[in-house]
Amino acid sequence: MVQFWRLFRRNRSAVLGLVILGLVILMAATAHLIFPDDPFRLAGRSMSPPGENGFLLGSDSLGRDVAAGIAHGAKTSLLIGLMATLVAVGLGTLMGGLAGYYGGLIDDILMRVTEMFQTIPSFVFAILLVAIMKPSIESIVIAIAVVSWPAVARLVRGEFLSLRGREFVQACHTLGMSDARIILREILPNCLSPIIVIGSLMVATAILIESGLAFLGLGDPNIMSWGFQIGAGRTLLRSAWWVCTFPGIAILITVLAINLVGEGLNDALNPRLRERT
Amino acid sequence: MSAPLLEIRDLHVALPAGSERPYAVEAVNADLAPNEILCIVGESGSGKSLMSRAVMGLLPKPHVHVAKGSIRFGEEDLVTIPDARLRQIRGSDISMIFQEPMTALNPVMTIGDQIDEVFRFHEKMSRRERRERAIGLLDDVHLPDPAASMRAYPHELSGGQRQRAMIAMALALDPKILIADEPTTALDVTTQAQILKLIKEMQEKHDTGVLFITHDFGVVADIADRVAVMQGGQMVEAGTAAEVLNNPQHPYTQRLIEAVPSLTPRPPRVQAAKPVLEVKNLTKTFRSGGGFLGFGGEERIVHAAKDVTLELRHGETLGIVGESGSGKSTVARCIVRLIEAEEGKILLGDTDLRPLGRAAMRPHRARIQMVFQDPFASLNPRTKVGAIISQGPIIQGVPREEAEAKTRELLKVVGLDERAYDRYPHEFSGGQRQRIGIARALVLGPDVLVADEPVSALDVSIQAQILRLLDEIRERMTLSMIFITHDLRVAAQVCDRLAVMRYGEVVETGPTAEIFRDPRHEYTRALLAAVPGKDWRAG
Repeated sequence: MVQFWRLFRRNRSAVLGLVILGLVILMAATAHLIFPDDPFRLAGRSMSPPGENGFLLGSDSLGRDVAAGIAHGAKTSLLIGLMATLVAVGLGTLMGGLAGYYGGLIDDILMRVTEMFQTIPSFVFAILLVAIMKPSIESIVIAIAVVSWPAVARLVRGEFLSLRGREFVQACHTLGMSDARIILREILPNCLSPIIVIGSLMVATAILIESGLAFLGLGDPNIMSWGFQIGAGRTLLRSAWWVCTFPGIAILITVLAINLVGEGLNDALNPRLRERT
Repeated sequence: MSAPLLEIRDLHVALPAGSERPYAVEAVNADLAPNEILCIVGESGSGKSLMSRAVMGLLPKPHVHVAKGSIRFGEEDLVTIPDARLRQIRGSDISMIFQEPMTALNPVMTIGDQIDEVFRFHEKMSRRERRERAIGLLDDVHLPDPAASMRAYPHELSGGQRQRAMIAMALALDPKILIADEPTTALDVTTQAQILKLIKEMQEKHDTGVLFITHDFGVVADIADRVAVMQGGQMVEAGTAAEVLNNPQHPYTQRLIEAVPSLTPRPPRVQAAKPVLEVKNLTKTFRSGGGFLGFGGEERIVHAAKDVTLELRHGETLGIVGESGSGKSTVARCIVRLIEAEEGKILLGDTDLRPLGRAAMRPHRARIQMVFQDPFASLNPRTKVGAIISQGPIIQGVPREEAEAKTRELLKVVGLDERAYDRYPHEFSGGQRQRIGIARALVLGPDVLVADEPVSALDVSIQAQILRLLDEIRERMTLSMIFITHDLRVAAQVCDRLAVMRYGEVVETGPTAEIFRDPRHEYTRALLAAVPGKDWRAG
């Protein structure tokens, strides 16, 4: 762990990303303390510019507090990003692992299924899924997971393919070890690094997809989110720039921070890149 | 002796801070005369490769660089001259051949184009002239049908042919110095013998000075005029081949030469007549291509094992020897049921293992175990040594405490500290890892041990230790062993009987001493004739 931190620390921008991400998480965790009221509540005069009428970042056309929306939206974004990634990584690892380990017909079938998902443009597919399932947190998480898992499956399959032929795995076969144990205890720990890296980057993509869905009005109507704020403010862009801008910046900074952290994880966990600097 | 071509004086090659030692190469002096082959011998990590790269200016800068000393080539010092001049020298005056010709050649260019490139960069010639010279070169290195080889891509040639093409390229401009970095290590023995002959022939024809890097004393005996021995970055001994090989002065050289297995088979041991393992008419074919539902194009079929019949007697070591692609590893893997053979019988005692399903096979697993070739790939890097060894008995249903006690005992048997139990594999050297691999196989108390090239990835001194360990264990635990190897020297020292394989077939079997004295099959004769350094210490 100490060694890992030393490697991670070498990438300065990754540390910066981690700090920013920490602040975003802090904001999400303390949102209900700083802004105890419902972010949908009409808090005062509508269309107040930042700093006026007691609004730190202004208010929107209905008089909702933009700052409160951003703080509560952070919770939504992180939660959905994390949940969707967990589901996608779980599903992708399962499919990729089985395909890579068993090969042959199982591999053919699973990979053709994966390719089928990959041929559909992912955002359009996500819109379609949410529209069919009715917008809610669960349906958004499912939609994002469904469009993201094929990439994980591909990666994990490749890792499993190369690891299953390694001698230490063959040694386990000669000991009579069961497949489940070989997959879970022997091979999986050896491909955790790339899975962690792709997972961390996937959180960022998930946040973007969620924002996009909310922007199009396909977010959960009862939950404040950054995409929803931007969608609500887009008609006022010229008269009230702050309504769109601040949530936009929040998305930008969060996604950037996660990407930097992911990059740093990649540098630290991927031994082939270690000597690069 | 004429004036040296290359004078290396007080050469220091620095390693990055925090490495095991400050210098990869330390205070090395060496001379290379025209028309001479200087062999640099050493084990892995001795700095022999980095030294040759320093001459070529191919060190992985800036981490590794020449810190001190000079490399004089004619009037110039290769350490200090500008890069542009060095590029002129490289290829025309000094050229290099590498261990793995597949990675040293550009896979998307034909051999002809790659040779042509050498001429184009260094000399002014018409296209026709260049082509003629190139074909002449390929003819010189005895490539079959040079005109066709010009059009071939590297992957269309065999390993030996690729190395010939590399040599043709290296000699294209008649360099004064040729640096050969383990040029035959990746090749089979018969091919190795041909390539060594070729290098010698070309060197004599062109008066080239050759700096030949190798770890194999057999190769040294075949090719060297002079020998320099390196250990831990220092040159511990240098002299003519005859002096160093037959009368080594430095204790390290003595140890190394002592460790080279002799070609004289060891005295045969008393044999039990009872077989523990019989392989009858084993057949395995590999199919590739075909693709999804047969749409992927033509299917290729390789017969990896054809009608193989072997018998392993109680307490003996049966060697399976052959070159790469002979099917010896396939047979080993079929026997331990890592791959499924299509036909034949694998009789362990009275049970035929071949048709058994996974569950039915499990109780028999403990009786037949395997030691693998690559000590770095055969241990799970994320599992502690204790768990690696004890998981076998635990799977077989032995209680955890008992398995742990047995593991600790076996660590001692294979000569490792008990503290190894809680460490990870990467904390151990290659030889130590191989000991762990052996402990893993032995902890189940097998009757038969299948060892697939267990020492071929190890340095010669470590190799000797592991062979001794295997010998001891075999005596102590009354094991019967199937020993796969490509190295006839090792086979001579370890095996009671031999089976020689080629193209998936067993061409000859018999007691080791008999096969060495009187090989029946022409292929066995070719193999024996190709062993490097067979005239040196043959007796």
